[in-house]
Amino acid sequence: MNAESLSYIFLSAFLINNFVLAMFLGLCPFVGVSAKRDTAFNMSLATAFVMFISSLCAYGINWILTTYHLEFLRLISYIAIIASAVQLVEMILKKFSPTLFRALGIFLPLITTNCAILGVALFQTARQYDFFQSIAFSLGAGAGFALAIMLMAGLREKLELSKLPNITQAAALSMMLAGILSMTFMGFAGLGGQI
Amino acid sequence: MKQNEQEAITLQDFTAGLWKENPVFVMMLGLCPVLAVTNTVENALGMGIATLFVLVCSNALVSALRHFIPKQVRITTYIVIIATFVTLVDYIIQAISLDLYNKLGAFIQLIVVNCLILGRAEAFASKNGFGRSVISATGMGLGFTLALIMLGGVRELLGAGQLLGYPVFSDQFEPWVIMILPPGGFIVLGCWLLLINYVKQRRSTLAMTQNAAASHCTVPQQH
Repeated sequence: MNAESLSYIFLSAFLINNFVLAMFLGLCPFVGVSAKRDTAFNMSLATAFVMFISSLCAYGINWILTTYHLEFLRLISYIAIIASAVQLVEMILKKFSPTLFRALGIFLPLITTNCAILGVALFQTARQYDFFQSIAFSLGAGAGFALAIMLMAGLREKLELSKLPNITQAAALSMMLAGILSMTFMGFAGLGGQI
Repeated sequence: MKQNEQEAITLQDFTAGLWKENPVFVMMLGLCPVLAVTNTVENALGMGIATLFVLVCSNALVSALRHFIPKQVRITTYIVIIATFVTLVDYIIQAISLDLYNKLGAFIQLIVVNCLILGRAEAFASKNGFGRSVISATGMGLGFTLALIMLGGVRELLGAGQLLGYPVFSDQFEPWVIMILPPGGFIVLGCWLLLINYVKQRRSTLAMTQNAAASHCTVPQQH
């Protein structure tokens, strides 16, 4: 049992310990899908949804596993849950929004290997959050991921219009930008939290 | 597929992962642990070896079982194989060094979702023979460890003024604390990438000018 308040858990996951910029989780989509703002937005929505679903399921599964003392199966079952949640999102999107489904393309199945999602499940177990705390945590983490990837996409759209030296091609410049963003996010540490 | 299998194991399989197709600097795979645990060389080395172990074992098993795994469920199978080895590593590190285990934290378990491992299983081990897969995985894993140490070395040297725990500078040195905090990871990786791009570009322009000089040595350059 963890005594942190719901609002603190949400804010902490959203800003203070932002999943992408302070804890380095989910960097692959952060670098890969942040070229355009629309795709970035859709991607972050899908990721946040999967995060929420898998966090709920992980809470249930963890309860079952601890009841029967099967903790060593935790990692495998979490991964199975996440893979099924991604499959679910894929089917829902295919049915209700085929355009979005096509726009996300290969990145949709890749959500399975987004470490931010497994990270949410593992951290909520390690910190012994209860049911509502887990919900606040996963929502905060999803919002934080969306914020970081949208900021990055906005910056990269601006950069396309400017003249850059050749050696900053590809990921080098993105990493520098992320470093500066991460530095600004350190300012939120004043809200009360530890890195 | 048959042709691939008959190809002999070459030195190239091993060296490709070390530098030319380095998973971190060239393919940008598995970045999360690269940035998160490279505060010190010690952590970087621990993480590198753990990833190397999982990579080699899972690729070996995937390649050995490649004819038995149905195509439709291959990704799930790979993930379960990887998760098994990660659970093993998790308990092994806990048994060897509790200190290192606490420092690496959840990032040992997060090796499961390291795209490098799944990527190699899908792209290489599922199509090639056992020996070749193991050799290639070893090269990739060593390349990954090398990249981790390159980052960890710079960050520990500048951020704490020491290397592997031994002080390097005199007492007057003021550590750049930012280097061991999250932004330092991004910035150091960015700098390495810039440096590598610069070296590559220089090499290609040098080769181009040499070619040009060889073929048109009498033609004066025009601007």
